[in-house]
Amino acid sequence: MTARKLNLKDKYRLLTRDLEWEYSYRDYEEIFKQESFEGIKITDWSKWEDPFRLTMDAYWKYQAEKEKKLYAIFDAFAQNNGQQNVADARYVNAIKLFLTGVSPLEYQAYNGFAHVGRQFGGVGARVACQMQSLDELRHVQTQIHAMSHYNKHFDGFQDFSHMHDRVWYLSVPKSFFDDARSAGPFEFMVAIGFSFEYVLTNLLFVPFMSGAAYNGDMATVTFGFSAQSDEARHMTLGLEIIKFMLEQHEDNVPIVQRWINKWLWRGYRVLTLVAMMMDYMLPNKVMSWQESFEVYFEEAASALFKDLARYGIKMPDYAATAIAEKEHLSHQAWSIFYNYGHAAAFHTWLPTEEEMDWLSEKYPNTFDKYYRPRYEQWRRMEEAGERYYNPTLPMLCQTCQIPMGFTDMDDPTLVSYRQSEYDGDRYNFCSDGCKDIFDFEPEKYVQSWLPVHQIYQGHCGGAEMEDVLGGYYRINLGTDNLDYKGSPDEARWNDWHGLETAEEKLKKAS
Amino acid sequence: MSKVYIALQDNEESHYIVEAIEEDNPDATVIYQPAMIRIENEGFLAIKRETVEEKMGRDWEVQALHVNLITLGGNVDEDDDQLTLTWNQ
Amino acid sequence: MTIEIKTATLEPIRHTFEHTRRRFGDKPASRYQEASYDIAPEHNFHYRPLWQPDKLLNDTSRTALVMEDWYAFRDPRQYYYGTYVQARAKLQEVTESNYSFFDKRGLAERMPEEIREQIIRCLVPLRHLELAANMNNVMCCAYGTSTVVTQAFLYNGMDRLGVAQYLSRIGLLLDGNSGEALATAKDHWMTDPAWQGLRRYVENTLTLEDWGEVFIAQDVVLDTLVYDLIYRQFDAVITEQGGSDLAMLIEFMQEWHKDNSRWVDATLKSLAAESDHNREVLGGWIAAWREKAVADLSPLGEVAVGDEAVAASIEALDKRLAKAGL
Repeated sequence: MTARKLNLKDKYRLLTRDLEWEYSYRDYEEIFKQESFEGIKITDWSKWEDPFRLTMDAYWKYQAEKEKKLYAIFDAFAQNNGQQNVADARYVNAIKLFLTGVSPLEYQAYNGFAHVGRQFGGVGARVACQMQSLDELRHVQTQIHAMSHYNKHFDGFQDFSHMHDRVWYLSVPKSFFDDARSAGPFEFMVAIGFSFEYVLTNLLFVPFMSGAAYNGDMATVTFGFSAQSDEARHMTLGLEIIKFMLEQHEDNVPIVQRWINKWLWRGYRVLTLVAMMMDYMLPNKVMSWQESFEVYFEEAASALFKDLARYGIKMPDYAATAIAEKEHLSHQAWSIFYNYGHAAAFHTWLPTEEEMDWLSEKYPNTFDKYYRPRYEQWRRMEEAGERYYNPTLPMLCQTCQIPMGFTDMDDPTLVSYRQSEYDGDRYNFCSDGCKDIFDFEPEKYVQSWLPVHQIYQGHCGGAEMEDVLGGYYRINLGTDNLDYKGSPDEARWNDWHGLETAEEKLKKAS
Repeated sequence: MSKVYIALQDNEESHYIVEAIEEDNPDATVIYQPAMIRIENEGFLAIKRETVEEKMGRDWEVQALHVNLITLGGNVDEDDDQLTLTWNQ
Repeated sequence: MTIEIKTATLEPIRHTFEHTRRRFGDKPASRYQEASYDIAPEHNFHYRPLWQPDKLLNDTSRTALVMEDWYAFRDPRQYYYGTYVQARAKLQEVTESNYSFFDKRGLAERMPEEIREQIIRCLVPLRHLELAANMNNVMCCAYGTSTVVTQAFLYNGMDRLGVAQYLSRIGLLLDGNSGEALATAKDHWMTDPAWQGLRRYVENTLTLEDWGEVFIAQDVVLDTLVYDLIYRQFDAVITEQGGSDLAMLIEFMQEWHKDNSRWVDATLKSLAAESDHNREVLGGWIAAWREKAVADLSPLGEVAVGDEAVAASIEALDKRLAKAGL
């Protein structure tokens, strides 16, 4: 008997798809309880096209190879005290934001994909989601391990998980993922599998990680690219689930379109943090936020939406707003954090003269006109010993939870502001996108755990700011927060490199 | 027609893969960025097992591409002999 | 002579993260500890799940079991993702070479026809049961509490998919890649009286809502019985009848089961040691599922091994439960 050779597709069909059977002792609906409540109509799971055909043996083999390489680098990084080799210690603040703001999202993705990896009725879709769940666990764990060494030499990493559940600006990414996970399984897939993975995470993982490499951070670039190698599979899954829903039934099209509109905007708002990481927190610049946005959002998304046009899917209207904001976003975000530097678990600073010149060059239409004067004013105040910290609590957008600081694109000097009323109460929003999301499901978004409201209601450790920041958030005040200038991080960095601070130089001279 | 793209980690193995892609897709553009190599092309890109094996001088499975892959854009089709990226427009 | 190199400035300012310091003290923590303890979200969830509005997103009440501290567990294997995939990759490499040896030497053809039929009837249909085990363990991962518990469920779930795929490959080795053996095995699973009790059992487990009960019904009761019956007793019978080459195809399952049992035992023990309440809940589930499993497995036991087979497997289960204090 000579065995015929099986090709990859046939083999995958026999080894995975064919494991399913038709239930006869229990009903399908008892086993897959969540498949229909969102209104998505699935007529035939057998039409599912497997986005990649990885059997477990191959998964173990390739993933183990990736892990071996990755941990060899982590070990070398720690043994050689690689933290000394980053471009500048200010850079480390970008990865503090990463560990507190992004890594816990990987955890949530692990939870969320396990959930849908159980709930979908088609074995092909289920298994693909399960593998993604396992990958996401990999990401959160490798990120913790990569940062473990930084945590031993810098402040602000030490309590990332506790902070993620509580700190005001971290409620932006947390609420985003809570929103996705609390939705039904199909909406979750549009939210995370499609909008986040396919359209948006490239903006985080590709140009920012390339920036990490350019700033001497071997550990981060290695986990970043290694994680992204799994993302390629995830993106393929994200696109497949969209096509599958659209092909299954025409009634799915408007539902999917609404979800795409919602989640593209919701995800884009979360990426505000990435915009400022790119433009302000990387001492050696690779690419501006605007440039990355043009390549990884405008170019990539327009190609994608042209591809989906045959199903009747259109680019969301809010994309135009996002595109208009690309010349403003990072500057407005950094300004917010500079104002609230006392309430953040990382350090802030004003861009140097050289950095401002780079920003002028990259943002010729906006930087000199709107933002340079602002920074120069703050610099003068710093020099006069009056470093400005905003003592009031900001009003937050009910949907994205970012402080109301984005401006109107028709008049970039005016703060954009929208309102809705629901059940006798008034709610505030930063944009049309966020207002529309609320208006469609107000009963969901009135539940938002808004950090500022919670502080006012006394749920965050007390009435004094120290109780909230030091007690409830567990920020080590005077160590983790405030300016980079004068921080213990700076003192250690200078010590390693035999550098002197401006102050010390002055003292010696006198 | 829009561009499909693939990005690989900048390392020894990837260099052979890039060489193979360049040979099989003569119109593709190769862009070197810190720690990564991005290859883009109008509408279509193929990574062929045979060509990569020829460049490497050893057996190579298409799924091993994932070890060095960073990201990609386009509809993916993967079988034993090649991985292709396309847009249906 | 001692040489002292001055490294004072590179002294770490702390030895580990706060979450591991609080639990294990101010000393360097292991990678397993840093990546497993206290990293799941616990507070301030923003929205109630549309799919279960009476619960929080992560909610400890998705099981009747109660723990004062859900991180009181420890995986004796200390698997986090990296150690997990590397352990499986090693096992996979050995398995691959076994399968390829079996294939190249044409060992399938050397097997007596009745042995081949017996394997297709009694072993290959387990691929479907393993798919259910995959779903059940992923369910426990999705709705369980704490990473030390949930990650091990996911590893188990993915392992079961791997086992299902190896079982499918056994079918393909026996039928020369035609898929006929898989189709025959599926027929057995769907209609053969020897399998109907088991199929009913697993379909019932797939409708359960309490993940603790799923753990008992699947990983503790059913797996202990099935793995003893098939991978120990059936293996011995087949070897005796001249099918000893099967051994190299099921080595993965045997090694995997040994490895996984260390975690199942440790988890069961921690749950039972916690309180009388837990012991009572566990005891109720075990009694109910054990009775069903014994009845449902007996027809297969008789066909695969003989009259006494299931009784011997029950002994293995009871020994295991006693070890956990149940």
